[in-house]
Formats: sequence, structure tokens, C-alpha cells
Amino acid sequence: MANNEHTITIDGTEIHFKAGQTIMDAALSAKIYIPHLCHYPGLTPSGNCRLCVVELNGKDVTACTTQAQPGQQIRNQTPELNAARMAITQMLFVEGNHICPSCEKSGNCKLQAMGYYLGMRDEHYPQFNPRREMDASHPAVLLDRSRCILCDLCVRASREIDGKNVFAIAGRGIHAHLIVNTVSGKLGDSDIAVDDVAANICPVGAILIKEKGYVAPIGRRIYDQHMISDVAFDEHVPEHKEHGND
Amino acid sequence: MTDHKVKIATTSLAGCFGCHMSFLDMDEKLAILSEYIEFNRSPFTDVKHCEPSDIGLIEGGVCTAENVHVLREFRANCKILVAVGACAITGGVPAMRNYFDLRDCLEEAYLHGAGITNPQIPDDTELPLLLDKVYPVGDVVKIDYFLPGCPPPADAFLQLLLPLLDGKAPQMTGEKLHYD
Repeated sequence: MANNEHTITIDGTEIHFKAGQTIMDAALSAKIYIPHLCHYPGLTPSGNCRLCVVELNGKDVTACTTQAQPGQQIRNQTPELNAARMAITQMLFVEGNHICPSCEKSGNCKLQAMGYYLGMRDEHYPQFNPRREMDASHPAVLLDRSRCILCDLCVRASREIDGKNVFAIAGRGIHAHLIVNTVSGKLGDSDIAVDDVAANICPVGAILIKEKGYVAPIGRRIYDQHMISDVAFDEHVPEHKEHGND
Repeated sequence: MTDHKVKIATTSLAGCFGCHMSFLDMDEKLAILSEYIEFNRSPFTDVKHCEPSDIGLIEGGVCTAENVHVLREFRANCKILVAVGACAITGGVPAMRNYFDLRDCLEEAYLHGAGITNPQIPDDTELPLLLDKVYPVGDVVKIDYFLPGCPPPADAFLQLLLPLLDGKAPQMTGEKLHYD
């Protein structure tokens, strides 16, 4: 007991954790990469993208929502889990309109980076080609729902860090979609600001800051130069802001 | 390498020929490659119909009925068929018309768009029939290998072709993936 008090084992590597940490927290602290899109350190975990599913004592659990417990035996890098992660990533691609060559997020996009990490060479499933509403009503922030993967990072960031409540997910299953909490439903009528965490945390090209798309040229962006598994450890949202302090 | 030259056929369906340009971008390595390969149907040769070939490279998605015929001809004649570039693999930029009805696209382009004189939707029987949507080539025929990128870099073509010339399966995991 003394040996495995506050340690867990991931793919044979024993790591320490602090009380209250999730498996994801502990792994990130130990610089062990568990693939994830909807998790961002500092925000309440949501467990919706399912990429971080690991095998815990023979059972599949989401690493971002499962508390680390002494002695847990966890498998992360297995052919089966990575095949499932590949299928999830491909489904995320075909469910939205992810045309990388025409997207200004290309190179900084975590969905794309996940494809690179997993070695995705095609999207396998038939394209949905969904028709979703674009919202360009805000002078500085663009919302293109056709690229939204419903990770709800913007929803959580707005509530928990920005002290606002700009976004929500409405509908269920295939009808789930991102809405703006204003009477008009338009971003232009919301109190979102360009430096809000919610305006900048989108892992894909659904929420974009206008007029900044090509500040960094294609080829010199994060995932043009780094694997997502190498740069995922230093992320953390800023501390909670005072409401209206911007 | 084999004794006879390896036959390669290439085509651009709903593409921009950028992938073909990238193929040519392998520069002096083309001279070496040309000792081992010969082109069948291809924009490089102007051969009109694909004859039995070893490798077929398909650029672009499937946008018209003619694209379907060409693609099926390639599949029937090529031992190995490769989807080259974002458009062949996903539909790409031309598939952005899939978010609209085809009629709306035609009316915007030929009837109601800015600066149009003598507005009419082209309907000559010589014109290939447009499909309702732009499809990835893998939705129409079986594809053996995928070469992502917009375009795939010249080295990616080499990494694909060199093992194939030796009769080996290409190892497609080593190179740096890009979708843009």
C-alpha cells in the first residue's frame, strides 16, 4: 500500500498524483500525453469528445473525468484505443465542414493536429456536408458553426473564466448545436470581447478572431512544426477575470 | 527495380492541377524517375484514355458524370489507384458547393451574379452533367493509397512511388502529414 499510495501506472510507467487530480491531470503533470480535444486544464472537465478514453483495470473510462486513485493500472497507447480515437476523429471531420486548405485555422487546429498525431490519411466515412448557420454579426469575433465540434470549451470558458454566459449547446444528438445566449441569438448582441478566453479557446476554426487569420503564415503555425503530443503540457486557462473588467 | 518501365496514369478530376505541379516539383529527381517510369494517360502525355497501367494517380474530387467515367476507367485499368491531394480524398474546396443546392449555385453564377450579361445557364449537350454534390473519389471506387496535402509535397510522391517501383508496399506513416 505504501508503495502505490498516490501513484498510478500508465502503460507501465508509474507516476505520482496529488489528491483530487484526475487521470488526465496526473498524466499531463507527468508529461504523458493522453489524446484530448474537449479538455483544457483549468476548466471543469466535460468528457464529451471521448478521445481521452483509456483502459482502467480492463474498463474504458474518460481520463479527464475519472479521479486518479492509488494503484490504478491504466492502458493508454494501445492499438485498440488508438483505432477508436482514429474513428472518432474521422467522424468529427465528416460531421462538419472541415476543408483544411480553405480554413484560416489550418496549422493551429487541434482537430487537424489530432489527425496528424493518429496518422489519419483519409476521412473514411461519407461526408455529411451539413448546412449550419454562420454568424458574422460581431465586429471582431466570427462564429462559423459548420466547423464546430461541440467540445463546449467556449461554453465553459465563458462561464467559468470570463464571468459571462455567452454560449450554450442546444439540441441533442445529431441536432446538437452551439447557440449564443442573446435574444437575437446573434454574437453581435452578446457581451463577448475579443480578449475573452471563450473567444480564443476554440480548438478548431468555429470561433475566429477577425483580421488575425494570417498573422502567422501557413507552414509556421503550431502544428506545422510540432506534434500535438509534444505541446499539450503547458496549456492552462488564465485565472478567473472580474466580470466586466476588460 | 523491374526490367520494364512502370506505367503510371494520372488525371485531374475536380482539381486545380496543383497536385500535378507538385509532382513536377520533384525537379531533378524526375530525371532519375523517368528511367523507371513511363506515363500513360496523363496531362503530361495527352493520351486520351487510360490503358492497362501499374499505378493511377487521381487528383481532384468527383464533380461531373464525366469524372465518374474517367475514375471508373482508371480503376478498371490501374493495378494500384492513389487518391492524391485534399480534393480527391475529401472533395476539398470544390466540395464547398455542397453546402448549397446545385440550382442555387448555377443561378448565382450564370443568372444573378454581379456583372452578368446575357444571363443563361449553360445546357449544351457536350457539357458534362454536374452531380448533385462533389464526392471524394473513395465514394465511387476503391482507393489503395491516400496522399494527403494541398498539394502533397513532391517528396510525398517519391515516398509513395519508390517502394512501389520495387514492388513493395509503401510505408506511409513516416512522412510529415499535412492536410493544407
